[in-house]
Amino acid sequence: MATGEQAAVPHGDGTDDGVRRRDFINVAAVSFAGVGAAATLYPLVNQMNPSADVLALASIDVDVSAIKEGQAIKTIFRKQPLFIRHLTAKEIAEANAVPVSELRDPQTLAERTKEGHTQWLITMGVCTHLGCVPLGAGEGEARGEFGGYFCPCHGSSYDTAARIRKGPAPKNLEVPEYTFKSDTQVTVGGGKA
Amino acid sequence: MSFPWAKHYEPQNPLMKWVDDRLPLPRLVYNAVGAGYPVPRNLNYFWNFGVLAGLALVIQIVTGIVLAMHFAANGLVAFNSVEHIMRDVNQGWLLRYAHANGASMFFIVVYLHIFRGLFYGSYKAPREMVWLLGLVIFLLMMATAFMGYVLPWGQMSFWGAKVITGLFGAIPLVGPTIQEWLLGGFAPDNAALNRFFSLHYLLPFVIAGVIILHIWALHIPGSSNPTGVEVKGPQDTVPFHPYYTAKDGFGAGVFLIIFSLLLFFAPNALGHPDNYIPANPLSTPAHIVPEWYFWPFYAILRAFTVDIFGIPAKLLGVIAMFGSIILLFFLPWLDNSPVRSGNYRPRFKQFFWILVIDVLILGYCGGAPAAEPYVMISQIAAAYYFAHFLIILPLLAKLERTLPLPNSITDSVLGTPNAAPSAPAH
Repeated sequence: MATGEQAAVPHGDGTDDGVRRRDFINVAAVSFAGVGAAATLYPLVNQMNPSADVLALASIDVDVSAIKEGQAIKTIFRKQPLFIRHLTAKEIAEANAVPVSELRDPQTLAERTKEGHTQWLITMGVCTHLGCVPLGAGEGEARGEFGGYFCPCHGSSYDTAARIRKGPAPKNLEVPEYTFKSDTQVTVGGGKA
Repeated sequence: MSFPWAKHYEPQNPLMKWVDDRLPLPRLVYNAVGAGYPVPRNLNYFWNFGVLAGLALVIQIVTGIVLAMHFAANGLVAFNSVEHIMRDVNQGWLLRYAHANGASMFFIVVYLHIFRGLFYGSYKAPREMVWLLGLVIFLLMMATAFMGYVLPWGQMSFWGAKVITGLFGAIPLVGPTIQEWLLGGFAPDNAALNRFFSLHYLLPFVIAGVIILHIWALHIPGSSNPTGVEVKGPQDTVPFHPYYTAKDGFGAGVFLIIFSLLLFFAPNALGHPDNYIPANPLSTPAHIVPEWYFWPFYAILRAFTVDIFGIPAKLLGVIAMFGSIILLFFLPWLDNSPVRSGNYRPRFKQFFWILVIDVLILGYCGGAPAAEPYVMISQIAAAYYFAHFLIILPLLAKLERTLPLPNSITDSVLGTPNAAPSAPAH
């Protein structure tokens, strides 16, 4: 069959453009196997990404009506602590008094809260250094020298807008995506699914 | 692959001869760790630690396989299944303590093995590949040990996993995505625990494979020795068996005595009490520390507290920590002094001991809280660590006046002129 045909073709560069039938078969076969290998690799790599049940917990509803001024609560969002803090007028004034240009991660309090709900500071309770849970949300916990949060692991201090002020953390506490459904109902997350 | 005077395998037993003709496995063993491998006659006890590391790996694999028969890799029950091993499984406490302390013993002997290589210049030509493969084994060991520590799902397990995977989050742009991919979620949870268990079971066998390559690469030039002078003839060597099997057997006995003391009298001395508290994602332990064998690297990680040239301190720490090990891959080319052994390099010897003290200081700081004065000491010690390899070693190779080498291993052993002592001064 094929061998018979090939025997008839002289060896060397048989065709006009110098590409032999065997070169073509070789490149085509190896390319096809390469595509197959890449397609096989995809599920093997992608299986490690968050699964559907993990992503299904990606948004939560919280009723904030019970949190009094000056209080904060700790809840769980995406298996990580979430801080919801009801800022006092003094804390808001303190946060607004800081010149933004002096901050390591410059942001105003207004940028970190929702319009009309500036007294609600909602942030992840995950230190941006190495992921510890900062203190300050619980009753009687140390709030650090800037009155916000204090991470006991490596000493990062956050101010009343949860902005990094001192210590090794590079960023402010992360503000997750959230919306106020009403004055007391917040939906956190929902962006990623 | 060996010296021409190496003994040849000649099976006496007809059965062994029959096997050898069809599958020369006994011949392979004979040539690798038997009478067929000629070894310098002057090896001191620092040459025991390779075999001891192999013994420690075997202990880890054997105890690990039986522990896996009782352990459940699920966030809801993992902690309880470890307590079940400790309280209910027959001799479970012994097996788990042996596995946990066996990891420490493994690192102790491997650090001494690396110490030996650094002092006697074992990484130099023609043994660079032995050194590089050894570093690969070391990295695999660190990954395996880290993932193993996560499995009991205590507080240190959880927060250790969070901090270490958080290191990948420091990579610009893709960091958080990589971290989520590694964890299979937004924080350590079931997905992470399961994959860590799977890999913790796999990697020791990968290590065993790389050890075979490590020994293969070693047997091309043959073992180094305390003088650093290459073997010149049959008078310089003795067969591995029975000479070094006996010496290593004695070393194994001492190793097992020390291991038993740790195991039976202080099984929790090297552990951390917080890991007997079940993992709690909402409460960080006051003081997160890794296991002792990671302390020097943890100190380097934490030594960066301010941004430099706009690069965040956190990323710098991560780069420096990985860099401190990656650097060692370049050691054979950073130190190109033709003299191998530290015994014939008086200046090198002084700097070598300063490095040892420097690493011990880093280790101490890595286990201490992240506060002054430890942060500043870590910074100085980390800077010195890099300076030793990047500045001091290359300069010494050019400037140092080394002592005269003995003509041969035999000359050194028999004390003929020019010979220096064959053990390091303590």
